[in-house]
Amino acid sequence: MTRLQAVAAPLPHDSAELHVTGRARYVDDLPEPQGCLHAAVGQSARAHARIVRMDLSRVAAAPGVVAVLTGADFPGLNQIGPVLLDEPALAQHSVDYHGQAVFAVAATSYELARRAVTLAEIDYEDLPAAIHLEDALAENLDLLLPYEMRRGDPDAAMARSAHFLEGSFRLGGQDHFYLEGQIALAAPGEDGGMDVHASTQHPTEVQHVVARCLGEIDAKVRVECRRMGGGFGGKETQANQIAAIAAVLARKTGRPVKFRLDRDVDMTLTGKRHDFRIDYRVGFDEDGRIEAITFGQAARGGCSADLTGAIADRAMFHADNAYFFPHVRIRSRRLKTHTVSNTAFRGFGGPQGMLGIEEVIDEIARHLGRDPLDVRRANLYGPAPRNLTPYHMEVEDFVLPEIMDELEQSSGYRERRAAIEAWNRTSPVLKRGIALTPVKFGISFTTSHLNQAGALIQLYTDGSVLLNHGGTEMGQGLYVKVQQIVAEELQIPTGLIRITAADTSKVPNTSPTAASSGTDMNGMAALAAARTLKERLTTFAAEKYGVPAHKVVFQDGAILLGEHRMSLRELAKEAWMARVQLSATGYYATPKIHYDRDQAHGRPFYYFAYGAACCEAVIDTLTGENRILRADLLHDVGRSLNPAIDRGQIEGGFVQGLGWLTTEELWWTKEGALASHAPSTYKIPCASDLPRDFRVAIWERGRNQERSVHRSKAVGEPPLMLAIAAFQAIKDAIAQAVPGRGSPRLDAPATPERVLFAVNELRGRTAALDLARAAE
Amino acid sequence: MAPIRFTVNGAPVEVTDLHPTTTLLQYLRIHRRLTGTKEGCAEGDCGACTVTVGEWLDGRLRWRAVNACILFLPTLHGKAVLTVEGLSAESQPLHPVQRAFVDHHAAQCGFCTPGFVMALVAHRLDPENGVHLATEDVIAGNLCRCTGYRPILDAAAAAEPGGLEPAPPPALSDEAMPDYRAAGGRFRMPRSGDELAACLRETPDATLLAGGTDIGLWVTKALRALDDLVWLGACADLQRIDATSDGLRIGAAVRLHDAYPILAEHWPELGELLRRFACVQIRQAGTVLGNVLNASPIGDGSPAFLALGASLVLRKGDRRRTVPLDTFFLAYRKTALEPVEFAEALLLPWPADGQVFKAIKLSKRFDQDISAVMGAFRLTLADGVVTDARLAFGGLAAIPRRSPSAEAALVGHRLDEAAIEAACAAFRQDFQPIDDVRATAAYRLEAGQNLLRRLFLELTRPADAPRILDLEIAA
Ligand SMILES: Cc1cc2nc3c(=O)[nH]c(=O)nc-3n(C[C@@H](O)[C@@H](O)[C@H](O)COP(=O)(O)OP(=O)(O)OC[C@H]3O[C@@H](n4cnc5c(N)ncnc54)[C@H](O)[C@@H]3O)c2cc1C
Ligand code: FES
Ligand code: FES
Repeated sequence: MTRLQAVAAPLPHDSAELHVTGRARYVDDLPEPQGCLHAAVGQSARAHARIVRMDLSRVAAAPGVVAVLTGADFPGLNQIGPVLLDEPALAQHSVDYHGQAVFAVAATSYELARRAVTLAEIDYEDLPAAIHLEDALAENLDLLLPYEMRRGDPDAAMARSAHFLEGSFRLGGQDHFYLEGQIALAAPGEDGGMDVHASTQHPTEVQHVVARCLGEIDAKVRVECRRMGGGFGGKETQANQIAAIAAVLARKTGRPVKFRLDRDVDMTLTGKRHDFRIDYRVGFDEDGRIEAITFGQAARGGCSADLTGAIADRAMFHADNAYFFPHVRIRSRRLKTHTVSNTAFRGFGGPQGMLGIEEVIDEIARHLGRDPLDVRRANLYGPAPRNLTPYHMEVEDFVLPEIMDELEQSSGYRERRAAIEAWNRTSPVLKRGIALTPVKFGISFTTSHLNQAGALIQLYTDGSVLLNHGGTEMGQGLYVKVQQIVAEELQIPTGLIRITAADTSKVPNTSPTAASSGTDMNGMAALAAARTLKERLTTFAAEKYGVPAHKVVFQDGAILLGEHRMSLRELAKEAWMARVQLSATGYYATPKIHYDRDQAHGRPFYYFAYGAACCEAVIDTLTGENRILRADLLHDVGRSLNPAIDRGQIEGGFVQGLGWLTTEELWWTKEGALASHAPSTYKIPCASDLPRDFRVAIWERGRNQERSVHRSKAVGEPPLMLAIAAFQAIKDAIAQAVPGRGSPRLDAPATPERVLFAVNELRGRTAALDLARAAE
Repeated sequence: MAPIRFTVNGAPVEVTDLHPTTTLLQYLRIHRRLTGTKEGCAEGDCGACTVTVGEWLDGRLRWRAVNACILFLPTLHGKAVLTVEGLSAESQPLHPVQRAFVDHHAAQCGFCTPGFVMALVAHRLDPENGVHLATEDVIAGNLCRCTGYRPILDAAAAAEPGGLEPAPPPALSDEAMPDYRAAGGRFRMPRSGDELAACLRETPDATLLAGGTDIGLWVTKALRALDDLVWLGACADLQRIDATSDGLRIGAAVRLHDAYPILAEHWPELGELLRRFACVQIRQAGTVLGNVLNASPIGDGSPAFLALGASLVLRKGDRRRTVPLDTFFLAYRKTALEPVEFAEALLLPWPADGQVFKAIKLSKRFDQDISAVMGAFRLTLADGVVTDARLAFGGLAAIPRRSPSAEAALVGHRLDEAAIEAACAAFRQDFQPIDDVRATAAYRLEAGQNLLRRLFLELTRPADAPRILDLEIAA
């Protein structure tokens, strides 16, 4: 008999059959409790203003309306902020962004609720508003204190460098566009209790915020989430407000209340990825090797703190990406604007920081007339002393040189670059470009206390197992991976393990499912719970059957006791008869990590995840249209727990990153209203945007050097940043369109407009056609 | 008062009490508790609500993928609705498309999945209907934020043949014009242009509904109450496309998708424009004429038809008049259409010798996006000299419009660089575009001129200027 192997098997998502049949239930699909009401919010029509008068009498009188709620009506605190109490669920006295929720209603139907909120009469007195990052910089509107990381003496070192460059560029934000909009269903229970079904990555925080808004103790609030229709960071804190409003309305009416956001409301009301401005100064040698560098990162936080502090920190932690800086200073400012409060989004600041340094490397290469890949390689981390990050952590597991070698070979980068250059000489209008960029991404919450997780495993007397842990499922495949881990440990088929919803009443005080850490932490916690259970059963069986404990072996659905064998069902029954506890909890706290924020010194990450991508782009120099023709991805997931799921994360992350850097553009009017508030105006990639030639591989030699669960590595966020290669390939195509005129200025996203103007700028405004001919 | 009768997953249903602007999605999710069909946007742009609808057209059974979120219930009268729940019963084997989605890991969060499955199923049920479509086109109207699409494309390619054959819709023979009234709303379904003309005369304030791909959003997004609708979709005589000696006559009820074969045959550039127009779901509902009559400054049809010298047949009661598109658009969303009047047909003159036609759409995303700038150009050339020029643009003014100055700069000149540069300079005189979410004014002006340059290159040195979508990488 062989061991059952569940780990590393490419099992389908645990809900796959439910997904394809439409039987998977999302919050809006749950049968509505009797008397259920529907909520909607009235939104601010101003970016920054005092509310002079608010008359909601027509709202209250509208058909179907049962209750109207303002911030003053909250039984507890009208505060949804996750870190600071600086964000009301419903604005009072003044509004801080266009689209902010000002009041809410509960009505007998969704339509009636939405219609009712249009009837409010609100008079505003406008206050000065900072809409864009530049406005905030001009006004010195800091949301949080600036922060600095430093090693060595960059100014002195830079002064000695043979070469020097400085520059500045902008990169845009991103809407999550999870297909399932934000939603919560709150049902009041007896004695102040509140049961909430929420589409959230952080049930515990929703619990805390709901309790805070209701003025109840946490123990009276239960939050459950079986699955989300996508999260991507957008349901880490942004679910708080939705659940809080539903719960307070439920308390007020004594009836269940469902609050589901229409897409336009979702996009105007909830936060997005931070857009950044990055300024740099860099000194380097003949080979493009960086000697000293300084970064100024300015992040648009929006109207409240939310998670901006940690996100801006992570952007700094990733300002090095994969490169060693002998002398470095990174200064970060977190700015306040009168726009929606920006929030977590896959990568959590990392992508912005990494795009910054990739941009600098590209500039260095073009300045020196070298292949950007050579400059990238020259700057990679290496053996000590070239292994120290700007925050003084040693990079111990640096496998990128191997990954990049492999990808350079398998993608044919060198030959293709030569072929592309030749092709461009024959093509006056369309131009191609290529780039190969690495990814190094730190794994762990940089807020150290969040690096803990719990799990609960219950064995029933028929040998079936119920599995619960603090992680939430948003499509990333966490639940099936943890199920695989437990199946392998208990040596039972996955079919015997029932996966259950994240539930604050089963596993308490959980961390958000975020920072790519879901499997690392919940998998470990579940493993610990399974081991506890196994130990109890082993002790019991060894005693009962008189075999030494090490002779009790769980194997392929059975328990071997020396000569004897029995099923888990039999053992469970016997153990229960003998009054052995059959439920176990497990707990995990990530080891080794520590960070002294005052000194900007420590080891914030347990390990790094790595990958690299090679992309080829084509642009139309007359229209700025662009496409990625081919992408080769090679990504390190350690030892894969489930290669099918991991590949899905790599591909999906890459395409999401591609959207961020090409077609997805957030656009605000002068008045501060978000004009790109629906899929008609905000364009995430669709099927034809996938590179026609798409080659994706999991790095076969991957193995986590740390003792992670089965030596796997986190895979949720890192692949998003593989898309930086696509952006750099577009930039390369622009540079190749007008050879010899230096480096193009291209902000992200690379929309047709930005590409066209970058080309024109290089051409120095010569008529496009002349140059098309000149290139012949 | 006539009930609305159709089938849902084979079972006949009658609707008598719901307001006529109730959408199919609301009906399914709220009134039938069939929650497999999802709402991702309620504006036709994400595909999560895709269902398959069967209907009889010219004696042929057609299966179409449609967006349930913007489809008004009465338009289903006499049709068959197939939802994801109808594909495979609980504990029955999965439909081959569903099976392939499982096997290829094509669902992550799963929220988009039923919509993708139904878009693909519709295509399989009626392959001839979408014979010109690649799989990317079939699912261009379906967004997935998780997978990156690769596994979905793989699943679509790998799905075994077979699967259920849904029952055709009931063949209804209504005695009188269906006139549905419920919950304070009215919905009439005239069966001919004559009945339609009579309805509009009787109630001049009624809303004339065609495919509803605009009007649906007035309800789901602008929350407008529409209590009196007259739908032209059941007018058999308006469903026709007639080839006359002068050109094509496209009836008001002809849907964008159904016009594809004949338009693509005569004007390949229109074919490509239509392929990139919205997505299958929208093209299966929206009409060619609706796209002109809505007078949108950023629609794709109007510039193309302007360039082709099209005109509209307008009808009011029994009066008909033919108005060239050149004079139809008056100001932002204002046209020459009078109250009670409707457009019966669009007339497209046949291509003539010496004419060349190009249509180029610029948008942030290639598929399922609205143009930032759209250029449509018809030149007539004799011995290398431009004898006639019709240069029409969308996205540059409050209405779709030609560029008279640029045209004048070309006519009478050899088609050479000097002429094109003169046309570009003249073009700048004709337009003062605006900045908005789709592009800045500066881009619109720059790209508009460059479309003229591209036109020139495509006509004179085609090998030098392939379109970006035509480029396949040389290995
Ligand atoms: C997701 C999505 C994507 C889209 N993408 C594109 C795109 O890529 N390019 C593009 O150009 N458009 C696009 N559109 C808009 C396009 O679908 C509509 O313009 C459509 O063509 C309108 O036709 P309809 O039959 O649906 O009109 P309806 O919505 O029924 O009517 C629109 C207007 O025209 C009037 N009308 C319709 N027919 C007549 C008639 N015969 N006589 C008088 N008045 C009439 C109606 O009364 C109404 O005012 C998109 C729309 C959506 C929802
Ligand atoms: S819900 Fe998005 S297209 Fe219908
Ligand atoms: S699987 Fe999540 S949106 Fe497609």
